[in-house]
Amino acid sequence: MSALEGIRVIELSTDATAFAGKLLADMGADVILVEPPDGAAARRYPPFVDDEPGPERSLHWWHFNTSKRGITLDLSSDSGRNLLGDLIGDADVLIEGMAPDVRKALDFAALSTGNPGLVHAAITPYGVTSPRSAEPVTDLTILAGGGPVWSCGYDDHELPPIRGGGFQGYNTGAHYIVMSVLTALLSRFGSNEGQFIDVSLHAAANVTTEMASYHWLIQQSIVQRQTGRHAMEIETASTQVRSGDGRYVNTGVLPRTPREFAGLLRWIEDAGLRDEFPETVFIEMATQREHLDRSKIGEDDEIVAMFMAARDAMALLADRLPAKEFFLGAQRAGIPVGVVYSPEEAFEDEHFIARGFQHKVQHDDPDQTVRYPGAPYRFEKSAWRISRCAPHLGEHNEEVFAELSASAEP
Amino acid sequence: MTGALSRYRICDFTGQLAGAGATKWIAAFGADVIRIEDPVMRGRWDILRAMPPFVDERRGEAFGGGFNNHNTDKKGITLNLRTEKGKEILRELVRVSDVVSENFAAGVLDKWGFGYEALKEMRPDVIYVSNCGFGHVGPYGQYKTWGPIVQAICGLTFTSGLPDEEPAGWGYSYMDHTGAMYMAIAILMALMHRERTGEGQWVDLACTEVGLTLHGPALLDWTINHRPTRRPGMPNGNRSLGSEMAPHGIFRCSGDDEWVAIVCRDEGDWCAFTGLVNEPWTQEAAFADIGARKANEDALEAHVTAWTRTRGKFDVQRALLDAGIPAAAVQKPGERIDQDPDTEGFDLWPSVVHSKMGEIRVDGLPVHLSKTDWRIERGGPCLGEHTEQVLTGLLGMSSGEVAALREEGVV
Repeated sequence: MSALEGIRVIELSTDATAFAGKLLADMGADVILVEPPDGAAARRYPPFVDDEPGPERSLHWWHFNTSKRGITLDLSSDSGRNLLGDLIGDADVLIEGMAPDVRKALDFAALSTGNPGLVHAAITPYGVTSPRSAEPVTDLTILAGGGPVWSCGYDDHELPPIRGGGFQGYNTGAHYIVMSVLTALLSRFGSNEGQFIDVSLHAAANVTTEMASYHWLIQQSIVQRQTGRHAMEIETASTQVRSGDGRYVNTGVLPRTPREFAGLLRWIEDAGLRDEFPETVFIEMATQREHLDRSKIGEDDEIVAMFMAARDAMALLADRLPAKEFFLGAQRAGIPVGVVYSPEEAFEDEHFIARGFQHKVQHDDPDQTVRYPGAPYRFEKSAWRISRCAPHLGEHNEEVFAELSASAEP
Repeated sequence: MTGALSRYRICDFTGQLAGAGATKWIAAFGADVIRIEDPVMRGRWDILRAMPPFVDERRGEAFGGGFNNHNTDKKGITLNLRTEKGKEILRELVRVSDVVSENFAAGVLDKWGFGYEALKEMRPDVIYVSNCGFGHVGPYGQYKTWGPIVQAICGLTFTSGLPDEEPAGWGYSYMDHTGAMYMAIAILMALMHRERTGEGQWVDLACTEVGLTLHGPALLDWTINHRPTRRPGMPNGNRSLGSEMAPHGIFRCSGDDEWVAIVCRDEGDWCAFTGLVNEPWTQEAAFADIGARKANEDALEAHVTAWTRTRGKFDVQRALLDAGIPAAAVQKPGERIDQDPDTEGFDLWPSVVHSKMGEIRVDGLPVHLSKTDWRIERGGPCLGEHTEQVLTGLLGMSSGEVAALREEGVV
């Protein structure tokens, strides 16, 4: 049993809906993806299998459309709109990100007459009633206007602020679609009523910026971007260090408790650095304290020496060790740090392999087994799985239209 | 008004943002979210309780601005789980709760005697959602994380930067926000499953794994084409990732640290842009088509910057949007919060009443439901603010019994 088995979702394919449809489909919903007859734009997005473009070869398309069935409909024709109406009439959920003129022409309210349980989610740049709703946006402009970009970049403000990779503006919007749709479906158990959901990409970016927003809301202060760490009003100490193999590690929050200092002490000794680092004596002193009260910095010189020794020891260890060894050594010592992995390095790391994160999917055309990113959560009972690879153009036309006519018969 | 989730109760051990953000959503839709904290540690399970920003000169566990932001409309009770009576009260609470949620390090709840097997004894259809950096299972199960560490591990830090510079990373805990979203999704999915089958279950959520799913096309490029993201010229977060587009970047404008994002998606956008700029360089062969513009992107960006840097960012935004080209000023917090009709007009910044701090604006939710919309009204609970209310109202104790428990250090 999957959590969403038998829940029928109609998705009108756009860049903003794709990930939401995938998240629902991988949890067992029957997601029917509707594309125009010449295919969705995303079929033309790189990268491609073996770098050869083609509507069935886009890896962007493959990733964002797993577990869905796909049909083509010409929504500018009466017959296309009628078929869409039949599909919506039979569905639990409709997800769309249509431009305002298209949404108006399609008249979803009329299409869903006779289906009072329908949950209809529209995802748009600024919300369906905004005067700006027809303006063009991309992932970059959403993240620039919506706040995330302001907080990301380098200490050197001659360099531009940076947008993080991976289409996170669209991803964040998709997460909010899924949360809203599930909330509306749960509400339906009590009321048998569906409803309309208005999701704004701009608003989603705005409330996903942590301190940047609530520091302004509370004290009207503006955080400033800093390399590899939180944007703050004041300049903070760096937490990103180059490791012995020329990569980077994140030193996180430095040791704060006698127990963490004890872990650090053992690690320095195991790494054979004790003689080279005379300040080890302060770390040893810290292990003998009952408490280490950071608010006493300024009054207690020993405390200052202890924290400085910890910081310098972490820097020395990072400088001497390859990034991965630094990460493992610190974590084994009970000190939370991270190695700055590229996505593929993380994907191949033994922890994620042991958890079964690499998910194999059989493709027929071309015939091959492909390793996909796996489940974002592990349900004990509700199955997460990629039940099929992304649909070929019009792959399920016959099947879906046959189901429709069967359900229309008395 | 009955909320969308009013029928549910959450026994909530979450904290920080990665956990608390999840139950903020659940509470905003009307569920009874009861946050449990430790009276001995004075709320230090959640360091945000006493962390800045502050509304005035008052300090301490009741005044953390971030805590208030993430814990709206929840109840707060204290329970000393070192005591047998405290454990018994928690058992009673689990029996009347649909969900137990937590984002401690792996194994903490188990150590107290409230692991999943124990929870099931208390309530067979209980939903248990745990959320930590590496999950409860696997070689790194005992390792600890913060948001920036999760981001370093899962590739998000690496893919935010410029070529030949160190990683810029994310200037905030993007994965605390996103981990919280997946935790909310897990709770809601598990409730769907229970509504349809009667079964409860455990959901093990690893924030690093969530982060890894956010780089799908790049990972398939690796598994199929063997092309790593760690390669010369990468990363460049501001340039186009999927379709080839240029210019596609963030450009300096007049003023102090002012920037604008500009994207020409196709030849139509490029033609409109060249018409607007109307300078000889736009006609050079080096920029004649998308192939040429990508090949000469550094030179292209230098020209675009020369054009933008004497102009105001909102002027550039307006001019480009009027010409149908995607553009957005890099908005500073005050600009997008106080001067942007599309956040204010979306009711994105509701005010809540906190019992000690008074009225405070907080992050709202970026969605509206036509029939059962969210409501964010009450500030984050003070430590133990609802202990008496929950113990008497929900568990049927008398005020005298609660007073005695307080005396004994149980609550």
